Amino acid sequence: MEAVVFFVAAIGALGGAIGVIAMRNPFYSVLFLIVHLFSLAALFLLLTAAFVAAAQVVVYAGAVMVLYVFVVAYVGGGGESAWEPIPAQRFLAPLLAIALFVELSIAVLGSALKALETHGPDVNNAFGDPAAIGRLLLEKFLLPFEASSILLLLAAVGAIVLAARRRQEIS
Amino acid sequence: MNITWYIVLSSLLFVTGVLGILLRRSPMVILLCLELMLNAGNLALVAFSRMVGNEQGQVFAVIVMVIAACEVVVGLGLIVAIFRRRLPLNVDDLRELRG
Repeated sequence: MEAVVFFVAAIGALGGAIGVIAMRNPFYSVLFLIVHLFSLAALFLLLTAAFVAAAQVVVYAGAVMVLYVFVVAYVGGGGESAWEPIPAQRFLAPLLAIALFVELSIAVLGSALKALETHGPDVNNAFGDPAAIGRLLLEKFLLPFEASSILLLLAAVGAIVLAARRRQEIS
Repeated sequence: MNITWYIVLSSLLFVTGVLGILLRRSPMVILLCLELMLNAGNLALVAFSRMVGNEQGQVFAVIVMVIAACEVVVGLGLIVAIFRRRLPLNVDDLRELRG
């Protein structure tokens, strides 16, 4: 049962990722990314990371993707020329990607981590639930938590400064 | 399922993101491919956290999500600013900063 769910979610995640880079229209790319994010949330649930899965669906597939859809609707799709300025790029890029994957696979297969071949230790249902994550965030990782909240504030202010319409631009 | 399966899937997703960044020229799709790569990293973090049997990796994944949200907000702000100035939304044409 677990294997079936894993393979369905893995195919969804990989298919969504390929759809993102294959679609000409950015709007369809965003829709494929939503498929990818939901499949990843299912994988997180398989790994008993309930809070991360919920945050993935609510924050990513909910809030961030709505932002993307708004900007795509505002800017409009298309505008990407089919013409390549560097003709060799179309052949070099897949080659480089395959080389990177082979390198990563060698790193995983040659790893000295014995536990990679296992399912991981048995854990109870409280593993990765919101209470456990919240306790870690507010006790052990308080400083990263506060730093990330300041970073979010800075990003919001920066986006307003970047995207705000200036007076001389209107006239 | 072995943890190896998750790690291999995560590296496949990361490679897909790299391929998209190398092939596409629309800044919006490049941002989407950055998301793919960050999510692949998240999957590896959560898988390793399951392997060790410790929730700290999941906290890392949550922080990575925050970083991704910041990156998206600033990137989309840049795209809107580029669009307002009537510049082409194509990374091959936007190369004034190239040395």
